[in-house]
Amino acid sequence: MVERAEFQSYYGRPILKEPAWRQPDVPLYLFLGGTAGACATLGALAEPTGRPALARSTRLVAAGAAGASVLALVHDLGRPSRFLNMLRVFKPTSPLSVGSWILAPFSGLTAVTAALEVTGRLPRIRKLTGAAAGVLGPAMCTYTAVLLSDTATPAWHEARHDLPVLFAGSALASGAGAALLATPPAQAGPARRIGLAGAAAELVAERRLEQRLGVVSETYRTGRPGRLLRAARVLTAAGAGLSLAGRRNRLVSAAAGTAYLAAGLCTRFGVYGAGVASARDPRYVVIPQKACQQARPPV
Amino acid sequence: MTRMGFFTDTSVCIGCKACEVACKEWNLLPDDPPPDLLGMSYDNTGALGASTWRHVAFIEKPAPVELGMPAMGDTGGGTDEPGVQWLMSSDVCKHCTHAACLDVCPTGALFRTEFDTVVVQQDVCNGCGYCVPACPYGVIEKREDDGRAFKCTLCYDRLGSGLQPACATACPTDSIQYGELDELRERAAARVATLHDEGVAQARLYGHDPADGVGGDGAFFLLLDEPEVYGLPPDPVVTTRDLPGMWRTAAKAAVGVVAAVALAFVGGRR
Repeated sequence: MVERAEFQSYYGRPILKEPAWRQPDVPLYLFLGGTAGACATLGALAEPTGRPALARSTRLVAAGAAGASVLALVHDLGRPSRFLNMLRVFKPTSPLSVGSWILAPFSGLTAVTAALEVTGRLPRIRKLTGAAAGVLGPAMCTYTAVLLSDTATPAWHEARHDLPVLFAGSALASGAGAALLATPPAQAGPARRIGLAGAAAELVAERRLEQRLGVVSETYRTGRPGRLLRAARVLTAAGAGLSLAGRRNRLVSAAAGTAYLAAGLCTRFGVYGAGVASARDPRYVVIPQKACQQARPPV
Repeated sequence: MTRMGFFTDTSVCIGCKACEVACKEWNLLPDDPPPDLLGMSYDNTGALGASTWRHVAFIEKPAPVELGMPAMGDTGGGTDEPGVQWLMSSDVCKHCTHAACLDVCPTGALFRTEFDTVVVQQDVCNGCGYCVPACPYGVIEKREDDGRAFKCTLCYDRLGSGLQPACATACPTDSIQYGELDELRERAAARVATLHDEGVAQARLYGHDPADGVGGDGAFFLLLDEPEVYGLPPDPVVTTRDLPGMWRTAAKAAVGVVAAVALAFVGGRR
């Protein structure tokens, strides 16, 4: 047991402001955006490899999740009527600007692809829009990690090397989960495999967050965020195990999908909550910054 | 235009809060949430926020009285009772050289003025709130009933008319000094040297160094204790300094997603 480090503060008050985003809007957005991204890419490859059921289910999920994620983002704005101001400029220094320019075409393309999938019309256009959405999908999976890391919030900024891997893994597992839930096992092979890959990446990255960020790692291990992330680990492992057991059983396969989706929700809310906790307590600002200062040679 | 800024010399702050009041009056800032007794010495304001653009911090410490600092208490009556020494400091937006709030603003509502200050254009801000967690000093904040983000403008409207910011104008002790940043830095260095000569060894500048993590502050301070004692981060860094690396890591992770999905289709017949 390491003794809690001493530090000074102004009456224990926070130095930083808590993230101004609302819960559940933004953690939900992270979950939906990642799921949509992974599903769009799955869908793009499912059609040319002769898995029409997988293509259909993943494209419908991608469109639904992308649409819902846009709603969550607009709802989170202080002035929702000004949401188009997001596309007023393109700023590479603002992950939210870059993200808006990814999300806008992505949600449009997934919506058109899903509409054509349902109506069965214009198959060549469908292939084209589906492929374009599939290309944007991976960016949807990982840009949100930069969105969180590019803040002064200690738990997110210190996690900048691991969050993209965690979010990529979580998106793959959640996308796989949606596909397993909505696709007959006979065509769900690729979904099972990306679920396993995603689960592995997620478990490794989560471990690093909990161990390697110094004092800030506390926020990922303790309190509600810690409980959510532990639940995420159990659910991810359960999803992986069930997906292997359910190769021929629709029900078991669906249970695996549900476990993956629940794990994705727990991960996103856990990471978000750790950020809030790290902004609330000045120890996560003062202790790491003092250590940085002392590590530098005196001028 | 030359860069304009604030030098807040806390060694002569008397905690009158004239700056807080002048700022509220000039900028027509609304009430803060219902007033409360915070139990933090004479500070019932608490922190900078959407409607508090100057905030006076009060720290009461047992006094080594011979410093000649504002002090009170029975120290001369032959008892060993310690006196009280106050640290008082008027905090404000730092108008960073490398301003994270400005960098991350997706609408371009935050911009750099001709005075090298950082200001929100309220008719453009859509209340996304990204600037709030981006600020390494915890300054900018969303006004809940309004939805948009607000912070100190360094009285942009007054500067244009050749006036000083309201807080600096109202400060009775010249603790808040407004002027050309280069000149303020020279003045501050001289003031620290004077204080050191007078035996106030703990006097130090904060935010004056262009080589620090935010490229130096347009509003910097002379403090009499560690920054965190005043609620200031000891070694702030503009988050976007690490952004190129973050984009690279995210791009690699995205390639990983492509590879994982592609392999999943190659890797089996079903």
